[in-house]
Amino acid sequence: MDLRYTDSELAFREELRAWLREVLPSVPPEPHRNDWEGRRAWDTGWQRMLFDAGYAGINWPKEYGGRGATPTEHLIFLEETERMRAPYVGMNFVGLLHAGPTLVAEATDEQKAYHLPGILKGEHVWCQGFSEPGAGSDLASLRCRAFRDGDDYVISGSKIWTSFGHTADYCEMLVRTDPDAPKHKGITWLILPMNAAGIDIRPLRTMEGSTEFCEVYFDEVRVPVKNRVGDENDGWRVTMVTLAFERGTAFVSEMLQSMELVRDLTDLAKKITRHGSTAWEDAGLRRELAHLSGELDALWALTKRNISEAQRKGLVGAGGNVFKVAYTDVRQKLGDISMRLLDRASLSLDDMAGLPTGKHVKGRIHALSIGIAAGTSQVQKNIVSERVLGLPKDR
Amino acid sequence: MDFWPTDDQTALQEGVRTFCQGRFPFETLHDIEATGGRIDRSAWKDIAEMGVFSLRHDGFGISDAALVFEELGRALVPGPLVATYLAATHLSDTAAASGASIIGLAEVAEPVTVIEHADDLDVLLLLDGNGVRRMAPDALPTDAVERPVEPLTPLRLAHAVTAGGDTVLSGADARAFRLEGTLLTAAMQVGVSFAAIDLAVEYAKGREQFGRPIGQFQAVKHMCADMLTRAEVARSAMYAAAANLEGKGEDDAEHSVRVAKMLAGDAAIFCGKTGIQLHGGMGFTWEVNAQRFWKRATVLDTHFGNSDIHADAIAAAM
Repeated sequence: MDLRYTDSELAFREELRAWLREVLPSVPPEPHRNDWEGRRAWDTGWQRMLFDAGYAGINWPKEYGGRGATPTEHLIFLEETERMRAPYVGMNFVGLLHAGPTLVAEATDEQKAYHLPGILKGEHVWCQGFSEPGAGSDLASLRCRAFRDGDDYVISGSKIWTSFGHTADYCEMLVRTDPDAPKHKGITWLILPMNAAGIDIRPLRTMEGSTEFCEVYFDEVRVPVKNRVGDENDGWRVTMVTLAFERGTAFVSEMLQSMELVRDLTDLAKKITRHGSTAWEDAGLRRELAHLSGELDALWALTKRNISEAQRKGLVGAGGNVFKVAYTDVRQKLGDISMRLLDRASLSLDDMAGLPTGKHVKGRIHALSIGIAAGTSQVQKNIVSERVLGLPKDR
Repeated sequence: MDFWPTDDQTALQEGVRTFCQGRFPFETLHDIEATGGRIDRSAWKDIAEMGVFSLRHDGFGISDAALVFEELGRALVPGPLVATYLAATHLSDTAAASGASIIGLAEVAEPVTVIEHADDLDVLLLLDGNGVRRMAPDALPTDAVERPVEPLTPLRLAHAVTAGGDTVLSGADARAFRLEGTLLTAAMQVGVSFAAIDLAVEYAKGREQFGRPIGQFQAVKHMCADMLTRAEVARSAMYAAAANLEGKGEDDAEHSVRVAKMLAGDAAIFCGKTGIQLHGGMGFTWEVNAQRFWKRATVLDTHFGNSDIHADAIAAAM
């Protein structure tokens, strides 16, 4: 068990740092969160810079245009880009972290040759058409139908929580192709061009005020059969390949931000006074922050265990699910502390009276989504108890 | 970076686990309790022959020791294991290493200083802010504690603890002694946590109510998942602390050891408590081991500073 980086890992880190120092000053300021055209240009522009410098698809195989780096180098990449405040993966999230890895594992050579470079170069933005109004935690019960008609599938139904649906070029889409089969056996995975006729996209406003989520309605949308990934009715297995990528490293940037949040809250507590003394003089608050800070250290260690396990065995074990459950709890508690510190200053989404309230309030709201997105904490706990501890399923 | 046990480490850990299951099966704990928690010297010799106390002399590192103590904790092996290991490692006490001597350790503390296993000790070490003092086990005036919370860990209340004995470690040496002891206690707490989980999960699979195994109910599943989450997070902190302490990490060793002890202590008490709850009425009986994990967790939390003490120290450095 060795936490030290090897010489080649350290060399990779140095080279990456030098490049980031050189290019980051030329990155324009981040657009407003609801300026979708601006955000798309900003996110994909950064992706193109990564591609040109050889840092796109850091953990993708070389033969598909990636860097073919080790899981540890991938972790270093995520760590350094976050620490140096490089743009986040943003709109490229689905392409780089979901659809892309699935295509690498399951797509035909022709599909790979077209789509993988598009993702890596920032030319194509992807969205995800998985969840439906009636199929959330129980994803396999999805009902969006696709009939075979000659060389096309014809899709009717709806999807929800489709982040960046209105700016995306392609959608990784799960459809019901056999309604009579058991629910896991009648699903197919399709590449859907978002400019196809019959797609109606309606932004859905989140409690953060963002319109990043969309509801997407499909009215006899035609998709060529050649856009199918994997076999017909084998989409659930293909999907599981995707979801396995999700929890290994998806929260590295978030977690590093949370470590910084602990430092910010400590500084804030030392400044804010109540009843004549600083909030930091409250032993209960100090102890609480120390606990959360320690838990973040432990989660960073758990991430490194997960990465090391992936490096040895080729896949992330239960550690990914455990991580998400624990991280959600820590992040939400930090949000609650920030609000107690700011008290009535926590009521504004913008900075108030010289206090950095905006960041904390928005962060606290964002934290509420972490326990829901990518599998709720309750679903994670079911997975942990059934797949790791071997408890019986209740169905 | 390769933060996963090596094949050798996994083999070491499995070896100790097999030894503990054979030499200290849970069924014998009741008999040991009946003796008042006395230490069986031949069993102690067997532990020594497994190499537990002489690990470092035999070329093993701190991470290896952490994995070994995780297993000792998991098996609820009684006795001053950490103290005897520390004497062998930091005081080059060959009698401790061979299992000929049983070494106790008491921390001078508020509100009380207690000595565990006092009646079986050959040597007593006292740890305070100045360092480590060595003395005969009967050098201090003591009173018996008639009903210790954990009968496997008998206690005596010590008086006049500020004087007596010879200072054997101070300064950086005493700090290293304390840090390693804290880490290995955290390792045992992680082991206790996993033992509590194993028993709870086994029970949840077999116990039927409402016509099905209770492990089918999500309320029960989520209790188990919460236990595993706390234990895995604590284990990660503990392994990181071990790596940092043996110079195979990049973070401050003292900080990471404090984090490990704080989280492992909380995890062990949480898993102990949740394990009892999960067993329902049977969990509250003497017969079922669920209570033994909680009791050991309670004892270990007081070793080398409880969670609050470490949290305060972490906060002081923030």
